Amino acid sequence: MAGVPIVNLNGVLLVTIQEELLDQSVSEFESELTEKVVETRARGVLIDVSVLDVIDSFLARTLHDIAAITSLMAARTVVVGMRPAVAITLVELGLTLPGLLTALSVEEGLSLLAPSPGPRRTALR
Amino acid sequence: MTRAPSTSTVAIHDEYDIVHVRHAAREAASTAGFSLVQQTKLVTAASELARNALVYGGGGQAEIAVEDLGGNPTVRMTFTDKGPGIPDIEAAMADGFTTGSGLGLGLGGAKRLADQFRIESVPGRGTKVEISMSVRRSSGS
Repeated sequence: MAGVPIVNLNGVLLVTIQEELLDQSVSEFESELTEKVVETRARGVLIDVSVLDVIDSFLARTLHDIAAITSLMAARTVVVGMRPAVAITLVELGLTLPGLLTALSVEEGLSLLAPSPGPRRTALR
Repeated sequence: MTRAPSTSTVAIHDEYDIVHVRHAAREAASTAGFSLVQQTKLVTAASELARNALVYGGGGQAEIAVEDLGGNPTVRMTFTDKGPGIPDIEAAMADGFTTGSGLGLGLGGAKRLADQFRIESVPGRGTKVEISMSVRRSSGS
């Protein structure tokens, strides 16, 4: 168990990281989350990292990979609440994480993931 | 800061120790009076180097010291392992170089985050990486 709770909010998986994670937990979290995306047919994933005072290259890479993986499964991932000092450090580290959607708050993240009006996953009736 | 230099040593044997190194680095940075951004950079560099020592060096140790260099509080961290060593340091320092599962930003990234960076490696004997960061960044020295 990664110990990271995943809550389904009307098609968006809300993931709140609650404590500093071990590398092993980060990897478990990645596979658990991607399975959950398929299981729940989620259209979006919201990962709240506001509790973390450090994000190193390993965790950053995992967040980036999760976004890439979920996008192959027609779900978008938004990383929410990154602290300014963490963002500064990641850029200095050389990790600008292009393509990763971010938002400052859970609310803003949810609005990014609002259902699109298009035919993107309309159920066949 | 007038207190005597303090040093702590953290053994690196498993993933929990990466967390322990991060905590020790955070404490040293806070003792030295680092700003929040500086603390974050130091702890991140510590995390990268501790993971390197574990994953590539098969474990080792981190020595974290707070020094008062001419009234400029400095944290010095030394990571040593007795792993296979790095045959080509220049290549290993380049971004994107990795023999493991990482992004290959560990060494180069830690160097960018720190004020000073030194690496010694002897193939078959191990690797030693030392970085330091000061409250006032050394410029051009």
